[in-house]
Amino acid sequence: MAHAAAVNRPPERGLDVYTQKVGMWVFLCSEVMFFAGLIGSYIVLRFGALENTWPEPAEVLAVNITAFNTFLLICSSVTMVKAFAAAQAHDDQGIKKWLLATTLIGAGFLGVQVYEYNELINHHFTPSNCVVVRNGVEETCSILYGSTFYTMTGFHGFHVLLGVICLGWATIRAYRGHWSGGNSRGIEILGLYWHFVDLVWIILFTIVYLI
Amino acid sequence: MATAIAEPTGRAVIEEAHPQSFLRKYLFSTDHKVIAAQFLFYTLFFLMIGGLLAVLMRQQIAWPTEPLTLGGILPETMVAKATDGAYMLPEFYNALVTMHGSVMVFLAIMPMLVGVWANFLIPLQLGAHDMAFPRLNMLSFWTMVPAGILTLASFFVVGGAAGAGWTLYAPLSARPDLTGVEMGQILWLIALVFVGLSSILGSVNYITTVINMRAPGMTWFRMPLTVWALFITAILGLLAMPVLSAAGIMLIFDQTIGTSFFIPSNAAGDALSGQPLLWQHLFWFFGHPEVYILILPAMGFTSEILAVGSRKPVFGYKAMVWALISIAFLGFIVWGHHMFQSGMNPALGLAFTVSTLFIAVPSAIKTFNWMGTMWRGNLQLHSAMLFAVGFVAMFAIGGLSGVFMASTPVDIYIHDTYFIVAHIHYVLFGGSLFALFGAIYFWFPKMFGRMMNETLGKIHFWLTLVLFNVVFFPMHGVGMAGMMRRIYDWTGYQHLEGIGATNQIITIAAVGLFASGFLFAFNFFWSIWKGEKAPDNPWGASTLEWSVPSPPKHGNWSEIPVVYHGPHEYSHPDVTDKDWLGQNERPDVVTPAAGSH
Repeated sequence: MAHAAAVNRPPERGLDVYTQKVGMWVFLCSEVMFFAGLIGSYIVLRFGALENTWPEPAEVLAVNITAFNTFLLICSSVTMVKAFAAAQAHDDQGIKKWLLATTLIGAGFLGVQVYEYNELINHHFTPSNCVVVRNGVEETCSILYGSTFYTMTGFHGFHVLLGVICLGWATIRAYRGHWSGGNSRGIEILGLYWHFVDLVWIILFTIVYLI
Repeated sequence: MATAIAEPTGRAVIEEAHPQSFLRKYLFSTDHKVIAAQFLFYTLFFLMIGGLLAVLMRQQIAWPTEPLTLGGILPETMVAKATDGAYMLPEFYNALVTMHGSVMVFLAIMPMLVGVWANFLIPLQLGAHDMAFPRLNMLSFWTMVPAGILTLASFFVVGGAAGAGWTLYAPLSARPDLTGVEMGQILWLIALVFVGLSSILGSVNYITTVINMRAPGMTWFRMPLTVWALFITAILGLLAMPVLSAAGIMLIFDQTIGTSFFIPSNAAGDALSGQPLLWQHLFWFFGHPEVYILILPAMGFTSEILAVGSRKPVFGYKAMVWALISIAFLGFIVWGHHMFQSGMNPALGLAFTVSTLFIAVPSAIKTFNWMGTMWRGNLQLHSAMLFAVGFVAMFAIGGLSGVFMASTPVDIYIHDTYFIVAHIHYVLFGGSLFALFGAIYFWFPKMFGRMMNETLGKIHFWLTLVLFNVVFFPMHGVGMAGMMRRIYDWTGYQHLEGIGATNQIITIAAVGLFASGFLFAFNFFWSIWKGEKAPDNPWGASTLEWSVPSPPKHGNWSEIPVVYHGPHEYSHPDVTDKDWLGQNERPDVVTPAAGSH
């Protein structure tokens, strides 16, 4: 019977990738389209704006602080990779250490973003109001600048928040020994998501803060 | 079952006999078959709601200046009460137009095509114990529940339900001062975000399951066409729904926190420089793939039912698959044909015209292959088969009128007239819903373990077919005569003086069509409890789901089946004892030609 089964063994059964990882990749495809919708709208609105109504990033935003924040998020991708490597190497202490580091850096990113939002709103730059100071004179600018800024960075922040919550949960599980013995799948999947969020931020930082 | 041999990869048998509480078994179940049934009841309810809205709307169109029958029972936010009766308010009419479309598309047809049948059929037809992510699957049903509740609630809030059309064109949808609708519009948008979330979760699940959970031997080109269609549909949903969600969220922000994505100027006349056209691009970037989300699964059901009902293999199986794939691909690059009237560079318009006309090619391939499948077949005209044949005929009419609209000069004339209404109903009712009725008659035995009544089914089919055509065919002419698509009262227009009688006939037939739905509902519910017990394989069908008991038990298979044959093997010359060859029949038991399709 076993022999017959081997002879008749029909070809092909899925990918050589475990199901949860396929699922995360598929989900990230839809996330790409979500951010493509937001970013595409931003491009259309920015190029459609009347002359001189779209401020230069540095006129409104604190680019230096956000550059530091970008650096933080990139560091957190490195620590995430370290956590996954530790899980594959059966290094329980390493898993705890690197997951905790990733969680804390992610939370730090959110903290800086909240601080940034707070400062901007104090300077009357909101989703429905745009003010720039040029030569000491307050001028209004396109509302759309604030609309797109808060929508894009806000949704990215929301994704970071979800990531930090999951990372926190994964860290708690690490201290309970859940990831020991080479059980690295959960960390790998979380890592995929985290790197995606990082990648989106690099694009957003470039188009919103730099150009 | 008897043919399932030792499963090579040795996957553990799923838990079977766990006693489960009522709540876990029927309400918060992770079993794909129960979730499919939940979706079925949910969508049938909203199909009825959507039909009711249509009947109310039709009454106003047929007799625009007369009071509504039974209008007195509606609240004062919907009707104006006078001494001679209650007259429908224009605002309520707008809400009816909007919510009929929205409910039918988002809460009835789309979840019935995908939520019900992708859930039920993908694991069963691929030989899997369940979906890849059963709990995510449960979540995708339960995110639809708030969407339904919010939609129903929106009729009773201040200002009434959304009234800017199902396409939610800005600035009408973005500025409450233009329609008088504020809360209703916001509720509907929130519902839309829930629908999007449900659809994305579902799509992730279906795609992953198809990629990774196929039984041994279930190669890509041995998958039944239904699974192919649902797989391609899931990809469309995965890539299109997030764009609508993003746009919907921006519209919510325009309504609530003072952004101006889609608002060019506010009530005071201040320029805000938002772009209404941006909404149209985002909406139709989603909306045109959505059209194929609504028809591809129907094409899959039809292919399968026609093969079973004709006792012949599907004509051109691979061509059918490639046609599905090319329709899906083209579906992403033709959205501009909804916007010929919105102001568009003629060169771009031409590009959209040509790419749209290309879609006629794979669609025609499919239509001719369906006819090739039936050609000289041993036709079994049971209810499911009748609806499948009806689908082919109605889809051909709807598809051809689609070619009219793809052409810019014709579209400019018929844009936003009843011609469009006729077209959309020929593909969405005559197409999707006919195939759905067929699918329900066909797979009902597998889902509930009982047969539906054939006589009632056939009466339902003929009533539906005749009344459907009486309702929607004349709309082509009314539209060519110039009747506008969403008009509340056409009596003031000289050029529309002659359309009264036609509209009254349409309305009377529409009431009959709505009533015939209750015949179906009676048959459906009566059969669940009182129908004749269904055998495992009542139709003599070859796909995997028919090799397990009706209804299949939790986990579907004790052992994962092994697949040896293509999906639609009927009247195979080498099989002499019956006219079908099960996908999992051992080759050393029967000896067909290898790799057959």
